Amino acid sequence: MSDRIEKRIELKAPVSRVWRALTDYREFGEWFRVKLDGPFVPGEVSRGHITHPGYEHVKWEAVVQKMEPERLFSFTWHPYSVDPKTDYSKETPTLVEFKLEKTAAGTLVLLTESGFDQIPAGRRLEAFRRNDGGWTEQMKNIESYVAQTP
Amino acid sequence: MSHKRRSGNAGKRRAQAPVFAALGDATRLSLVARLSVGPPCSISRLTGGSRLTRQAITKHLRVLERAGIVHSVRTGREKRFAFDPRPMEEIKQYLDLVSEQWDQTLTRLKSFVEN
Repeated sequence: MSDRIEKRIELKAPVSRVWRALTDYREFGEWFRVKLDGPFVPGEVSRGHITHPGYEHVKWEAVVQKMEPERLFSFTWHPYSVDPKTDYSKETPTLVEFKLEKTAAGTLVLLTESGFDQIPAGRRLEAFRRNDGGWTEQMKNIESYVAQTP
Repeated sequence: MSHKRRSGNAGKRRAQAPVFAALGDATRLSLVARLSVGPPCSISRLTGGSRLTRQAITKHLRVLERAGIVHSVRTGREKRFAFDPRPMEEIKQYLDLVSEQWDQTLTRLKSFVEN
C-alpha cells in the first residue's frame, strides 16, 4: 500500500510563470484559496487562513522547506487540520513537493505528497467523516468556479 | 466477540501502530493475504505450512492486531484470528480524498497560469 500521492499536470505557461504562481504568496493564495500573512521563506512558518467557502475558520500553517528557483518548491503541513480544538502540531506532518520541468508546450508540474504513514489512523477516519458530504458539495463549487473562469 | 475497536484505548493503540507500518513486512502481508480470503485461523493453522515458529507468527499477529487489521475471536479454548478490512479501507478512502483535493487544486492552478 502506497503512502504517497503523486500527480502530474502539464500547464501551457512558461516555467517562470508557474514558479511565480507557486511561490508568490499572493498568487499562491489565489488558486490555493488561502489568505497568507506574508511571503514564503525557506525554513520559516507560513501562516494564514483558508478562504474556501465553508472553510474560512480553518487556519493555514505550513513550514516552507525548499525554494529552488523554477525547479522545486516544497513545504510540510498537516493535511485536513480542520478541527480548531485539535492540536495537530505534535503529529508528523506530510511533505508536499512541487517539481517543475520545462516542456515543449510549457511546464510539467509533478506534485508529491508523502508521509501519510505517520498520520494517526484515528484522525484519518475523523478527517474522512468530517469531510464526507462536505467534500461532494465543495467539489461542485470548484467545478462551477473552473467552468466560469476559463 | 470481545474486540473493542471503537473505544478510545483501541484508537490510541492503533494510532501508535500505523497500518502502513504493520503492512510493511512480507510475513505480515502474507498473513493478511491468507486471512483476507479465508475463515478465521488459529495460530497453529497459520504456523503449519510456514517456516516460521509459532512464536514468530504470534508476534506478527500481535502487530496486525494492534493496527486493527486482524482481530481475535475466541471459540472455546482456541483463539482464532480474523481479517478486518476497515483500517485499510479507511486509508484508501482518506488517500482518495486527499488525491481528489489535489486534482481540484491543480486544476485551479492550471486555469490561473493559463489565463
